[in-house]
Amino acid sequence: MKQFDVIVIGGGHAGAEAAAASARAGAKTALITLRKDAIGVMSCNPAIGGLGKGHLVREIDAFDGIMGRAADRAGIQFRLLNRRKGPAVQGPRAQADRKLYRAAIQDLLSQYSALTILEGEVAQILIDNGRASGVQLADGSQITSHSVVLTAGTFLNGVIHVGDQRRAGGRVGDAPSLLLAAQLANLDLGKGRLKTGTPPRLDGRTINWDILDTQPGDDVPTLFSFLSTAPSAQQISCGVTQTNSRTHEIVRNNLGLSAMYGGHISGVGPRYCPSIEDKVVRFADKDHHQIFLEPEGLDDHTVYPNGISTSLPETVQHDYVRSILGLENVVITQPGYAIEYDFFDPRGLDMSLQVKSMSGLFFAGQINGTTGYEEAAGQGLVAGLNAARLSQDLPPIHFSRADSYIGVMLDDLTTHGASEPYRMFTSRAEYRLTLRADNADQRLTPLAIELGCVSPQRETAFLEKMQQLDQAKACLSQTSFTPKQLLDVGIRLSADGGRRSAFDVLAFAETEISHITQLVSAFAEFAPAVQTQTAYDALYVQYIQRQDRDVSRLKADEMQVIPDGFDYDSVRGLSNELKLKLKQKRPSNIYQANKIEGMTPAALLLIISSLRRSDKGRLHA
Amino acid sequence: MDTIFALATARGRGGVAVMRISGPKALLAAGQLCQLPPPRMAQLRSLYHGGDLIDQALVIVFEAGRSFTGEPVVELHLHGSVAVVAKISRILADIDGLRMAGPGEFTRRAMENGHLDLTQVEALADLIDAESEAQRKQAVKILSGAIAQKIDPWRSALIRAAALIEATIDFADEDVPVDVVPEVHDLLSNVLQSIQNESTRAAAAEQIRDGFEVAILGAPNIGKSTLLNALAQREAAITSDIAGTTRDVIEVRLDINGFAVTLLDTAGLRDSDDVVENIGISRAVQRAEQADLRVFLCAHEGEAFPISHREDDIILRGKADLMDAAVAGVSGKTGQGVDVLIAQIAARLETRLAAPSVFSRQRHHSALRTAEAALQKAMSALPRAMQHPELVAAEVRVALYALEGIMGRVDVEDLLSEIFSSFCIGK
Repeated sequence: MKQFDVIVIGGGHAGAEAAAASARAGAKTALITLRKDAIGVMSCNPAIGGLGKGHLVREIDAFDGIMGRAADRAGIQFRLLNRRKGPAVQGPRAQADRKLYRAAIQDLLSQYSALTILEGEVAQILIDNGRASGVQLADGSQITSHSVVLTAGTFLNGVIHVGDQRRAGGRVGDAPSLLLAAQLANLDLGKGRLKTGTPPRLDGRTINWDILDTQPGDDVPTLFSFLSTAPSAQQISCGVTQTNSRTHEIVRNNLGLSAMYGGHISGVGPRYCPSIEDKVVRFADKDHHQIFLEPEGLDDHTVYPNGISTSLPETVQHDYVRSILGLENVVITQPGYAIEYDFFDPRGLDMSLQVKSMSGLFFAGQINGTTGYEEAAGQGLVAGLNAARLSQDLPPIHFSRADSYIGVMLDDLTTHGASEPYRMFTSRAEYRLTLRADNADQRLTPLAIELGCVSPQRETAFLEKMQQLDQAKACLSQTSFTPKQLLDVGIRLSADGGRRSAFDVLAFAETEISHITQLVSAFAEFAPAVQTQTAYDALYVQYIQRQDRDVSRLKADEMQVIPDGFDYDSVRGLSNELKLKLKQKRPSNIYQANKIEGMTPAALLLIISSLRRSDKGRLHA
Repeated sequence: MDTIFALATARGRGGVAVMRISGPKALLAAGQLCQLPPPRMAQLRSLYHGGDLIDQALVIVFEAGRSFTGEPVVELHLHGSVAVVAKISRILADIDGLRMAGPGEFTRRAMENGHLDLTQVEALADLIDAESEAQRKQAVKILSGAIAQKIDPWRSALIRAAALIEATIDFADEDVPVDVVPEVHDLLSNVLQSIQNESTRAAAAEQIRDGFEVAILGAPNIGKSTLLNALAQREAAITSDIAGTTRDVIEVRLDINGFAVTLLDTAGLRDSDDVVENIGISRAVQRAEQADLRVFLCAHEGEAFPISHREDDIILRGKADLMDAAVAGVSGKTGQGVDVLIAQIAARLETRLAAPSVFSRQRHHSALRTAEAALQKAMSALPRAMQHPELVAAEVRVALYALEGIMGRVDVEDLLSEIFSSFCIGK
């Protein structure tokens, strides 16, 4: 008898979401972390969401996850990015109060009766018969389980750099998990080294706010969770300032002292999040760079200057920060640092985030080469759900590139691996017009309901919303209008189109909801949110129809699963070179197999045919 | 699942044309034309539609599970007439639930229904490999040269355009250029224009393959009509000693060494006061300009014609029977030099085929058309790019994928479709 169905190691964003998902899926779950009170800590910038990232949060929420609800409780400034652009590329973002966020996560986790939170350092993973079967803690005690989710974050072989000073550690002040790292090194997974940087933290009381521009939140805040209605914390503005030529001169003169430029760091950093050293070197022609001054909390004076992460020595940080407008007398409360850490090549994982070479062991978060709270939480959701399902002898849940950003991320990671810290962008999603933040619930909640991992409140709210949307759409589709009738309410369309339904008219970007309510009075009766959502759903209809064909092809290929351990040697006609590559990469499905370099149509046919054969063989057996 | 149909034999005239119908409604559809024979029995049937007799055909029914595709299949072995095939295709297409098969769709269904086993697929794969070995050599040549040279700059320009748009989307909060529209506009319109040019040329190249027009030109009474008759081996044109006998353009379809050729006899080129003859002459000039190849018969060396010269024009002395044997010429009357002329025409046409437009395949053309249409939509979405950059981006992506399709960087479904479409429709 196992003590738990699922053990989740780590209480960061991946771990918290994994534990919550596992518990929702009905698995008896343990979350083991070094310090209970550190669960849900935001170790980098105090913000959730953004472009692509906001999409992920919405998708997590559609599965009744906790990140969106916690961010709504902790949000002190909400901004919908790309508010003036099409809904497909709008991303909700919020500044979060660190304390409130941590408290919200801990409170939400405490509500899962199937979840037990334990303090301890995991020294190693127990292995029974080649599969993960629990963990052993540093004190020697053992806890058994059916599956294990490892969310070790940057704790594996973490090294912190401030100038030429270096020390072992994950976040500042935490002990690294060296024992576990040694064991994982034996798992036959490719390993890489990445780095990430943080800016110095500032004492907000020493900033001259009066001379700085501010950036307020949106007048009408857009929240993350489909269940939230309004922010609960007090709302604030962020400050805006910028570097100048003197800042750049100081940085340039001290490049040799930077950990990164002094040759102390081997890991690869993200191109999209350069340190101030990088910015000065690579964009030498720019004479300033923007900095957002983000308050870390309502009753916390710490300010996070977004845009100047660094690994320069403390004294240099002091000098360059004080060269910036508004920061002339600023006090640094904690110097910026760069952290290097190990990650495991995610190509060693299948689409459910299970380690291919060790059944029962799942990886989620930064350990897979990603960056960002949202990417971590998204993986946590997937790993937690699938670990729970494995313990219940249920098949894994498949997320596809066609149904979610989560699916895009899983496919990218397991197919291409990570050559720099992986971050989500909307441009990674080829079905961007369908995978919107506004319809994440329509895309995913039905599946979540079917799997039984949604609270009754959410289920009721979702079904009501869908009913409203269906009715609104029906009432717009029923009647059609001539170009003349449309012109009368101010909609100018070409006259050659003949009669159009009000729903079709909404597909023209120029159409306003107010036009439609004039045409169809019944539509005016619906709540504004329902009207807006109907307009969003209508806007991309013609593009979506075109995408549908591609999507059905993609899904067909994704559904052609290649079982792990498939015997490529038994496929006659495959070249030895391809056999070798296939055996190394172990693609999860035909879609991934095709992306292997050198794959030919003929070879794919051989594999598909051979798969069909073994399927038939099984049926007859 | 749709029921599909297509000609399983080569298009055009032939002894027999086999129309294959596959899918749930195959028997129902064929049953509207005639009483179906029992399965796997070939029987002669008269095919009727709306009371009209369409053709007599050998009809074979294959039941589900015992057919090439695994679905119910009916084969109509029609007479190999273009008109009969066209009529039957129209009748079938009008039946609800039936449509013309896409390239390789029968093979595809056969595989999806598990009706090709491993050995068959291997054999198929071998066949494909054998074919692509020749294609590979050609592909290497093309990829290292012409197509890559054409497509790469388009790709770079489109990637640049896409990147500009994407930057305004994904990095809205950061220091990125805001007004990218002018640059994107220039990039897109340049690529669109070159694709349109290429598209036109490719279409012309394709037309050459459909058949060649060879015009016979020259002064009146130089023996053009006599030559035509000799080549056609029948009295297709009236001949006489009177200059200006031929007034209209006379067309004769011939097979010259395997090439489909339409031979044109034309009015003799001269200054005339006769209104009707002048119309004939201007038609001759017009057709000469459009013809794929021209044969000029001349009376003396260096004779000038009111038609601009092309490099591969064939120029010969007419009425060679009246001249020294030493002079290269042709005579329809005696047949002298006719063999040489036929060989020359065939050689010229072969040269044309050996150097086709770089976008020589049907899939190239359709990819170019897809890219062209997408770029046009992108251009028209550009004025609203600030509000809806995602719509511009979506179209640019379609164009990019289409171009990548030509270069072979394609996803599995496209690859599979490509194999299947390298087989003739209906196989």
